[in-house]
Amino acid sequence: MLDKNQIAQRIAQEVKEGYYVNLGIGIPTLVANFVRDDIQVEFQSENGILGMGPFPFEGEEDADLINAGKQTITALEGASYFDSATSFSMIRGQHVDLTILGAMEVSQNGDIANWKIPGKMVKGMGGAMDLVASAQNIIVAMMHTNRAGQSKLLKQCSLPLTGVSCVKKIVSNLAVLEIIDGKFKLLERAPGVSVSEIQQATLGDLIIEGEIPQMKF
Amino acid sequence: MINKTVANAQKACRGVEDGMTFMLGGFGLCGIPENAIAELVRLDVKKVTCISNNAGVDNFGLGLLLQKRQIKKMISSYVGENAEFERQMLSGELDVELIPQGTLAQRCLAAQSGIPAFYTPAGYGTEVGEGKESRDFNGKMHLLEHAFKAHFSFVKAWKGDTAGNLIFKGTARNFNPNMCGAAKITVAEVEQLVPAGELDPNQIHIPGIFVQRIFQGEHYQKRIEQRTLRQRH
Repeated sequence: MLDKNQIAQRIAQEVKEGYYVNLGIGIPTLVANFVRDDIQVEFQSENGILGMGPFPFEGEEDADLINAGKQTITALEGASYFDSATSFSMIRGQHVDLTILGAMEVSQNGDIANWKIPGKMVKGMGGAMDLVASAQNIIVAMMHTNRAGQSKLLKQCSLPLTGVSCVKKIVSNLAVLEIIDGKFKLLERAPGVSVSEIQQATLGDLIIEGEIPQMKF
Repeated sequence: MINKTVANAQKACRGVEDGMTFMLGGFGLCGIPENAIAELVRLDVKKVTCISNNAGVDNFGLGLLLQKRQIKKMISSYVGENAEFERQMLSGELDVELIPQGTLAQRCLAAQSGIPAFYTPAGYGTEVGEGKESRDFNGKMHLLEHAFKAHFSFVKAWKGDTAGNLIFKGTARNFNPNMCGAAKITVAEVEQLVPAGELDPNQIHIPGIFVQRIFQGEHYQKRIEQRTLRQRH
């Protein structure tokens, strides 16, 4: 079973040469730490920076330089700043190549829910609805089950949706899955996790074809 | 050159009344119009509608107006950092409209640029789309979203000149430029106010035509919400 950093590490393998990548809050933010340094990639944060760098050293933090998670960050050489409308032109206009975000639930047709639990938690969707409605390539980073052990990969989402039929790939603490023809297709399993454990943790329809390889790091 | 300068936040907020709709720039606490917010608290205007990406934190930013129950309605994309906000929302005291962040920005820009409405795919098939016109473009469904209407825009810039030209810094830019000229009156507060002619016209982000009043802000706190640091090795 993977921890949060290992999920991020596995997702980092999906980041390819020349990609502009938007990272969501939480596990997705960690992906930047694991991207190979021999490829050229730029991270976009929707509050208005392209070319986002790592967190600053103590004493170098700047209140005017944060990411969408309101964390202090740095700007790399060649970075640019822009307003929110321009930022979402990059996103809606499909200039951003890859979007990585978290989810509370994903359904087998690629619906995602991550912004609201009625009666309990209403934080808002932030930029997530714009991102999932427009991005061509969306990877979800999530835990396969909730704290009660219930599957978060479902036939249908029970929570209010963030977007419909948009998720392409999921990297969870148990597996890498693809969404194909309205089903979850198991691609890889986490080290030490069996196919039957993944089956038990997945409530949606799961396609298992042939031998399922273990993730490589 | 038309001089847009006013002496202070008090003069800049002249005409503000109960029940009005305000746009306020900023992302989290980054780039918020601190001086205008303080003046709105002092004026104690009530039943206002605030269009702002976030609602501040409990003791700063728009959280200050929330504490005094000045806000009737918030239009935001993300409100997760504010316990008092959550309490007022769940108890029904505060009316909240949550909208996608890109839609929020574009509704500001539409108001600025005289576009009454536009189509966007964001929120289609979710509760955001309920009751809205939708239409297929190139095989994909979109929602019709309308330009905002507001009485005042309060924005914060890094540098500005007496003609109302503005330059923003870092990610403190965010919604601020999109809200300029998007309300009947745009009030800009700046960290450095200089005479017209001192800013390089090539470097100006927002031309002064979008700004009605500009003033030199003071006592900026520029609070950091999440101080995240890297370890030196």
